[in-house]
Amino acid sequence: MTGYDMTVADRLDRALFTIGAWMLALLWILPLIYAIWTAFHPAAYEVNFDLTAPLTLENFPKAWVQAPFARYFLNTIILVLMILAGQLVLGTCAAYAFARLSFPGRNVLFALVLVQLMVMPDILLVENYQTMRMLGLVDTILAIGLPYMASGFCIFLLRQTFMTIPKELDDAARIEGEGVIGTMLRVYVPLAKPTYLAFGLVSVSAHWNNFVWPLIITNSVETRPLTVGLSIFSTADSGLEWSVINAATLMTSGPLLIGFLLFQRQFVQSFMRAGIK
Amino acid sequence: MRREWIYALLLLLPAMILLMGFTHIPAIETIIDSFYSTPRGRRAARFVELENYRTLLADDVFLRAFWNNLIYAAVTIPASIIISLGMALFVHSRIRGLSFLRMAYFTPTVLPLIAVANIWLFFYTPGFGLIDQIRGLFDLPPQNWMGQTDTALYTMIAVAVWKEAGFFMIFYLAALQTIPTPLREAAKLEGAGRWTFFRRVTLPLIMPTTVFISVNAVINSVRLVDHIFVMTEGGPNNASKLLLYYIFEVAFQFWDTAYASTLTVVILGMLSLLAIGQFFFLDKRVHYK
Repeated sequence: MTGYDMTVADRLDRALFTIGAWMLALLWILPLIYAIWTAFHPAAYEVNFDLTAPLTLENFPKAWVQAPFARYFLNTIILVLMILAGQLVLGTCAAYAFARLSFPGRNVLFALVLVQLMVMPDILLVENYQTMRMLGLVDTILAIGLPYMASGFCIFLLRQTFMTIPKELDDAARIEGEGVIGTMLRVYVPLAKPTYLAFGLVSVSAHWNNFVWPLIITNSVETRPLTVGLSIFSTADSGLEWSVINAATLMTSGPLLIGFLLFQRQFVQSFMRAGIK
Repeated sequence: MRREWIYALLLLLPAMILLMGFTHIPAIETIIDSFYSTPRGRRAARFVELENYRTLLADDVFLRAFWNNLIYAAVTIPASIIISLGMALFVHSRIRGLSFLRMAYFTPTVLPLIAVANIWLFFYTPGFGLIDQIRGLFDLPPQNWMGQTDTALYTMIAVAVWKEAGFFMIFYLAALQTIPTPLREAAKLEGAGRWTFFRRVTLPLIMPTTVFISVNAVINSVRLVDHIFVMTEGGPNNASKLLLYYIFEVAFQFWDTAYASTLTVVILGMLSLLAIGQFFFLDKRVHYK
């Protein structure tokens, strides 16, 4: 549509559409803008949005020394990588078996996997806590991650991807002398790379942000992830300033946020890909 | 192919053990535990039949949390679906600042809910919070949004919708991109307006995505309670208490694990109803094709 054949009504329609989109976007990003504003200004300006207010970086070191954030970061990174590694290894094995091998009870077992899409470990707090206590794992990073390592979503997603790979490649690999595991690793895994990336992003952001289960199963600095650490930090009755809390908030979500800004396109596309299948 | 069986079972074994250990067995144990009393000190758990369930029906806090959760779901689900569809339509068109819009809508998905709860807490703070500052410009009196029984739940709902809409937008965007362009051109030739096209073509075509999103939204309406921990702790006077938060309280603050199991059974029951409903719904859709 060129500018010439646009009627007044069309133009008005177009303008309203754009204004609506922008209003919604500003509303949605407002919390982040506010956090950035207060985190980079002295505490006196946390409710006083003056454009000439002096910028400062001092809120970040202030927050950093008031809680063991370095330890929380380390815990979270270990946790997220551990969960992802577990999910990918277990998911690949299970998905390959479901997609390409025949065995008795295949459908029943697959149905049992799908149950987890509905009933997530987050809901079975009480029993899972008792299991961890029985295993002697309460207050360990492993205990935060273990319930999530066999991911129904990961198995389902990889199975769908593996099923789209032509079976002729299997036969070719067999003729080359590859066994079941060799075929899986050398044919299926490389071809499913986009799915691995998509799932990886979803998993990392989900577990970086997870809160309730880590809150319950951890009770010491050595195991607490960032989310739990931040909640303790900000609810502590220490008369903390908003600007310091917001600096801590930005630090906590910083790595994900920066990662998201840098890889925005891939991020959104991989989420989309994860959604279609 | 005996060897294939063995390979398959070995490949499945680790995942199945964990799935059983942290999903299936705990789910069954939860149901069993709900018929027993909570073991205390040297007194072991004993079989109490339906006593926990009788307590449940007489428990005002449970009834309140259940009702709150229904309201929470009934508002959050449609609101986040409608807003996410609007967002997807916005960023699917050629519009100024497309990548900024996409980023703005999607950021809440990346931010930890527990972290941004602090920011929202400030927005709602009576007197000097952002909302009251804006109200102040219009000479409206300050309001204690999170401290009033009739508004507390809705402040939680607003945060949940804000968190979810951007995530659902991605799925709608994916669905919109699969609508063939010839359809759009044909509709234009027929003189169909934007609204007619949306109602007659887009809406039916994105139906499967809507089903997918609704199922996710229902599950989230049970799971997504992080912000309650920071913002209201279920208060005031249980006004913003949701089921999962109540389970957390009963199990890990009052240490009444049997009663917490009984509460969990309620959630499991609701999710199974949903699963059955979804099964029949999807079944019907398959026949259409």
